Amino acid sequence: MHYHPLTSQDKQEMLKEIGVSSFEDLLKGIPKKLLNPAMNIPEALSELEVQKLFLELGSKNASTRSALSFLGGGSYEHFIPAAVFQIIGRQEFYTAYTPYQPEASQGTLQAIYEYQSLITELTGLDVTNASHYDGSTSMAEAALLALRHTERNKVLIARSVHPHYREVLKTYLDGTPYTVEEFGFEPGGAFNRSEFIEKLNPDVAGVIFQTPNFFGVIEDLEGISDKLHAAGALLILSVNPVSLGVLRSPGEWGADIAVGEGQPLGIPMEFGGPYLGLFSTTRALMRRIPGRLAGLTRDMEGQRAFCLTLQAREQHIRREKAASNICTNQALCALAACAYLTLLGKTGIRELGELNLDRAAYLRAQIAELEGFHVSLDVPIFNEFMVKSEKPFSQIEKKLLAEKIFAGIPLTKFYPELKNEFLVCATETKTREDIDRFVEALARC
Amino acid sequence: MHFPKELRYTKTHEWAKRNGNRITVGISDYAQKEISDVVFVELPKVGNAVQQAKPAAVVESVKAAFDIYAPVSGKVLAVDTALESNPALVNQDPYGQGWFFEMEMSNPAEWDSLLTAEDYEKLLKQETKH
Repeated sequence: MHYHPLTSQDKQEMLKEIGVSSFEDLLKGIPKKLLNPAMNIPEALSELEVQKLFLELGSKNASTRSALSFLGGGSYEHFIPAAVFQIIGRQEFYTAYTPYQPEASQGTLQAIYEYQSLITELTGLDVTNASHYDGSTSMAEAALLALRHTERNKVLIARSVHPHYREVLKTYLDGTPYTVEEFGFEPGGAFNRSEFIEKLNPDVAGVIFQTPNFFGVIEDLEGISDKLHAAGALLILSVNPVSLGVLRSPGEWGADIAVGEGQPLGIPMEFGGPYLGLFSTTRALMRRIPGRLAGLTRDMEGQRAFCLTLQAREQHIRREKAASNICTNQALCALAACAYLTLLGKTGIRELGELNLDRAAYLRAQIAELEGFHVSLDVPIFNEFMVKSEKPFSQIEKKLLAEKIFAGIPLTKFYPELKNEFLVCATETKTREDIDRFVEALARC
Repeated sequence: MHFPKELRYTKTHEWAKRNGNRITVGISDYAQKEISDVVFVELPKVGNAVQQAKPAAVVESVKAAFDIYAPVSGKVLAVDTALESNPALVNQDPYGQGWFFEMEMSNPAEWDSLLTAEDYEKLLKQETKH
């Protein structure tokens, strides 16, 4: 059987109906010289030639496999066991989507349920959804939840939150009656407590902090949740999941919502995506959680079964009143996180955190010894920190790049006041030798 | 099905009970049967203003989620907090323990626009015919 979306007879009837004799007549308004312009594209290549061409082009990129990278700033280089790729590559699992049909998707649904359980345990909250696009969209969804729940119209956010996340939040709230206000940070990089308190008022629906923050500083959030709850506002924390093996969890900080970038959990840096948005909240806010949620139940025969749950919050049922109109998630990346965390186990995640603490502390202490570079040794950090250079950072960056070392992320483009300051990261992937090589190269700058 | 004579009803299947200017609101026996097992009720905030025929609460059943409309305009005085832990009260006792909220009516003329039990039953008969 042939499938014709549109037969020539259909076309003729449609053209007749609108009083036009041919399709070309519809294009009359377009100047002749713009119609069917000659395209200057090279001759076709064979598959072999195309492969060679792209290999050549690809080899111009310097990846973390061929260079020594100290880049962080929201995307982190971690060791990923080969088993993670083996598991997510299985054809039964190989999809980015959340399945609706429980009768045909028990395996995927169980994997999502286990991912949710693992993230819930890490964040110390009650419930986790099946994920969002990335850390920034999770954070924006958390802000929307706070605004709707409190029926207030303002979100306060620390300037020490990732600049891209703050941009995404502004984009999400553009054209709505909601506003965003920021509060600054101290010279060492921690949020400015007095400015935060000054800006907290009865219009504020929720306050967003990131810890470790964009500068790598572990924020001191003592007393913050009590203050916010007394003011009727929600506490939203953006966290690095890998740090939760050693740092206080959002639940312990009294957070109402925890969000974060799941990339450190077994997902390669890959030039920025696809990543994984983590989202956990409390039982009290469960009905307002955006996105998909896999649940555990029993089937008609009393056997354990998994299915999507609490779907009345979602757009295919509540349309304009849905908790979110973006229910697409990152099931495959969530599966990678699930496999990665399962392989690490309870002690593994703590050891991983300790290694990150150790490597970054060693690197910071070494840089502190160097002439021409300044670091604050008294701020608590996890795996990255700020460095101030006396020479222009662009020069240093160039010199180190020639030695295949990625020195760090310049901060001036995000914070004009932070001239020649840059962000440096050292995860468990950096050995003492790697760090010494980097410090030695910096010393020669 | 049972529709107490002393109550007034809306086309959207809420009931309203009047005590001076205080109005108690719930959903009718017909409504609770139609939507089947209630699993969650999102109640309005005490002190919030509500408008006649505008959404004031949400009821979620195993089938779907539905808006509950305010039968008259006014201010919310109290909500049935028992529904938070036991939403099934809406099915078990729709005119009693399954009430949703109590409000102060700001425009008593609106009361007269509500349906009597007799009118409501007529409406249901027409609706079920279609």
